[in-house]
Amino acid sequence: MDFNYSDEQKLLIDSVERFIQDDYDFDTRRAILKSEDGFRRDLWQKFGELGWLAVPFSEEDGGLGGTAVETMIIMECFGRGLVVEPYLSTVVLAGGLLRHGGTTGQKETVLPELMAGTLLAAVGYAEPTSRFNLADVSTTAEKAAGGYVLKGRKSVVLHGPMADKLIVSARTSGGRRDEAGITLFLVDAGAAGVSRQDYPTVDGLRASEIVLDGVSVGEGDVVGVVGEGFALLERVIDEATAAICAEAVGAMETLHKATLEYARTRVQFGQPIGRFQVIQHRLVDMYMAYEQAKSMAIMASLKLDAAPEERRRAVSAAKVQIGKSARFIGQQAVQLHGGMGMTDELNVGHYFKRLTMIETLFGNTDFHLKRYAA
Amino acid sequence: MDLSFSAEDLAFQREVRSFIAENYPADIKARFDAGLEPRKEDFVRWQKILFEKGWVAPAWPKEYGGTGWTATQKYIFQEELGAANTPGIIPFGLSMVGPVIYTFATEEQKKRFLPGILSSDVWWCQGYSEPGSGSDLASLKTKAVRQGDKYIVNGSKTWTTMAQWADWIFCLVRTDSSVKQQEGISFLLFDMKSPGVTVRPIITMDGGHEVNECFFDNVEVPVENLIGQEGMGWTYAKFLLGHERSGIAAVARSKRGIAKLKQIANTEQSDGSPLIEDPDYRRKLAELEIDLTALEYTELRTLARESQGKGPGPESSILKIKGTEIQQAITELAVEAAGYYAFAYNRRAMDGANEPVVGPAATAFAAPSYFNMRKTSIYGGSNEIQKNIIAKMVLGL
Ligand SMILES: Cc1cc2nc3c(=O)[nH]c(=O)nc-3n(C[C@H](O)[C@H](O)[C@H](O)COP(=O)(O)OP(=O)(O)OC[C@H]3O[C@@H](n4cnc5c(N)ncnc54)[C@H](O)[C@@H]3O)c2cc1C
Ligand SMILES: Cc1cc2nc3c(=O)[nH]c(=O)nc-3n(C[C@H](O)[C@H](O)[C@H](O)COP(=O)(O)OP(=O)(O)OC[C@H]3O[C@@H](n4cnc5c(N)ncnc54)[C@H](O)[C@@H]3O)c2cc1C
Repeated sequence: MDFNYSDEQKLLIDSVERFIQDDYDFDTRRAILKSEDGFRRDLWQKFGELGWLAVPFSEEDGGLGGTAVETMIIMECFGRGLVVEPYLSTVVLAGGLLRHGGTTGQKETVLPELMAGTLLAAVGYAEPTSRFNLADVSTTAEKAAGGYVLKGRKSVVLHGPMADKLIVSARTSGGRRDEAGITLFLVDAGAAGVSRQDYPTVDGLRASEIVLDGVSVGEGDVVGVVGEGFALLERVIDEATAAICAEAVGAMETLHKATLEYARTRVQFGQPIGRFQVIQHRLVDMYMAYEQAKSMAIMASLKLDAAPEERRRAVSAAKVQIGKSARFIGQQAVQLHGGMGMTDELNVGHYFKRLTMIETLFGNTDFHLKRYAA
Repeated sequence: MDLSFSAEDLAFQREVRSFIAENYPADIKARFDAGLEPRKEDFVRWQKILFEKGWVAPAWPKEYGGTGWTATQKYIFQEELGAANTPGIIPFGLSMVGPVIYTFATEEQKKRFLPGILSSDVWWCQGYSEPGSGSDLASLKTKAVRQGDKYIVNGSKTWTTMAQWADWIFCLVRTDSSVKQQEGISFLLFDMKSPGVTVRPIITMDGGHEVNECFFDNVEVPVENLIGQEGMGWTYAKFLLGHERSGIAAVARSKRGIAKLKQIANTEQSDGSPLIEDPDYRRKLAELEIDLTALEYTELRTLARESQGKGPGPESSILKIKGTEIQQAITELAVEAAGYYAFAYNRRAMDGANEPVVGPAATAFAAPSYFNMRKTSIYGGSNEIQKNIIAKMVLGL
């Protein structure tokens, strides 16, 4: 049994942590949220130079051949700093789909640029009334000469506004909500028939409603196997779920530390509020919630390559624990900061908001409880 | 024991209901039903409508402009306002400083201040909390030094709700630092346009502007603006907090919140059927409704005791704690119902800009509302402080 990081992994932690400390303080992030683009291209290029964008890709594909643990490390550090750059969408989601299902041609055209930080990507898997069911796909892909024509709408595509490439799910056969008959397509974000409505999200990201109005794609743009996209998508969403579990763990850690520090220094009734036993127990409960969440995030990451059934249960179990812990820690961090916790000025509310949305992302607690119990 | 309404009560209920139906302005209703950020003029306009009817201050004694209603009638009135989703009565004038004035102030002060409170021509704000004095309010430092017929006020207040709209502030100030801290506090009223008053906005995490910092730099306040006696401010302040807590159960509003949740759950789709048919979601809604029923009957018992002349006791802390937990839980379930669309930050539409929202209108502001409602377990005496009160005053620990 060994929960220790290798020397190489420790170096990775050091480098991401140093970046958060030196280059991504709270004011920097605040300026990014207010900016037109909603992310910093120069920082993204730096991620590329540091090799972070190449971490999960095989050496054969020009990557570093990292495991899920390396992704977990990066995401956990990003969670501590509330990094808004599109790592999840570009590297974990789109990168994951290409890694597991992309053709040699797709990998050759997309991955080098993606790893260099010059190409951004996003994935459209949700639709206006699909809720969290990845099989609930109404977008259609009709066969046409040399390819397909896509029609439909993808909703809340995270990091959509900055994406150069999109990967979307569409139905090539079967009825709405059938797992069979779903196909994934690589689409140029600027292709004719693609239109976007961009908007900010409550947790500081950017997203798009994307309408596909007769978008022509070629046979060569199919990612994975025609009609069998569901299993691929589900696998990659599970990987992304484990990644945001790690991100949440990082955010919870920062939030717990900040609250602990506040309880030690905020004086009311002539003593630090941390002297009151209710506050102590609350901080203990937060601490336990954090530790339980961390354990489950590790567990899920280690099971991502297991058989689908085992992987699914592990990821859903982790997401349930993270959802509960994130809600508790987020709410209590605000509560124990009193009025300060409510402000936009303090970082606490921003962590709380991100944790709230992580609870929703890729299925909320109810959804994953059901999936686990199924 | 009988909780059914009498024939007179039912007639009263019909009267209130039809009054609201005929007089609640459609444009305000539209904004409140849509969940937009409230505007000052909406509150004022609606309060003036109630004032003209003579219904704006049911809790006040009749001689000062109250209605003389029974406890049951007051309850019915609140229920009907809640069900119609009218703007909440802004508490600072009518529920807070008003009762302090008619209970502790001079005849002259009553004549001067009560009419503006009743007519909503004067907007008040509450200057209690300071950066260093939140839960421990009695430690407050804002100083008022008497010079002839004036007090000179220096210091700052924070979290002052809607101070940006306020004409006047009622303020706790320290007039004596040589005595026990509770005994050196006085209750002062002053004009927010006085030289030396600066108001700075605090933006909350949901993006709204409802609280402010207020800075006082040598603000001159005439001594006739002191309420009661110098050094008695803490007594008046606690009297007021008792009033602040009653009504904080917000049962009628929460009923309406749950009704809205049901509407949302009826239209949100989950695997091809309405979310309301999802057993997990249904169960959570049911639990919430049961919690609210328990709170409603607890509040009724409190009201009944009050109507027998036993004023709001420390038990009203139960209403604050459970009431706010339920209000918060309603917003949590709205976020869950919204699914992915909870991500969309429709702030400009929420502020009233005429632009379409992303996702269904019914959940367009679900996440910001959830974030905002975290305030309810912090303000008005945090829920931890309320539990301390129950432990000490009710349980004798
Ligand atoms: C099944 C069982 C097995 C046990 N086995 C062992 C054993 O193997 N070895 C051993 O040494 N003891 C054992 N104990 C004894 C146990 O350690 C004591 O019961 C425990 O320390 C509580 O002490 P008490 O019963 O005197 O309760 P008290 O100390 O009087 O406490 C009463 C209540 O007050 C709470 N309380 C007390 N002080 C505080 C505080 N400062 N802050 C917050 N709450 C407080 C307690 O949590 C409890 O709810 C066992 C007890 C039980 C019930
Ligand atoms: C939206 C909003 C509107 C407000 N409007 C007004 C207004 O109009 N006018 C006004 O005067 N004030 C207003 N307040 C201020 C509010 O009353 C204070 O925020 C509240 O009293 C808590 O004080 P604090 O923020 O300084 O937190 P602190 O008192 O510093 O408390 C921090 C944490 O410690 C806990 N704590 C403190 N003491 C104890 C204890 N003894 N035992 C256990 N736990 C304890 C608290 O419960 C809280 O969780 C408003 C606040 C908010 C958030």
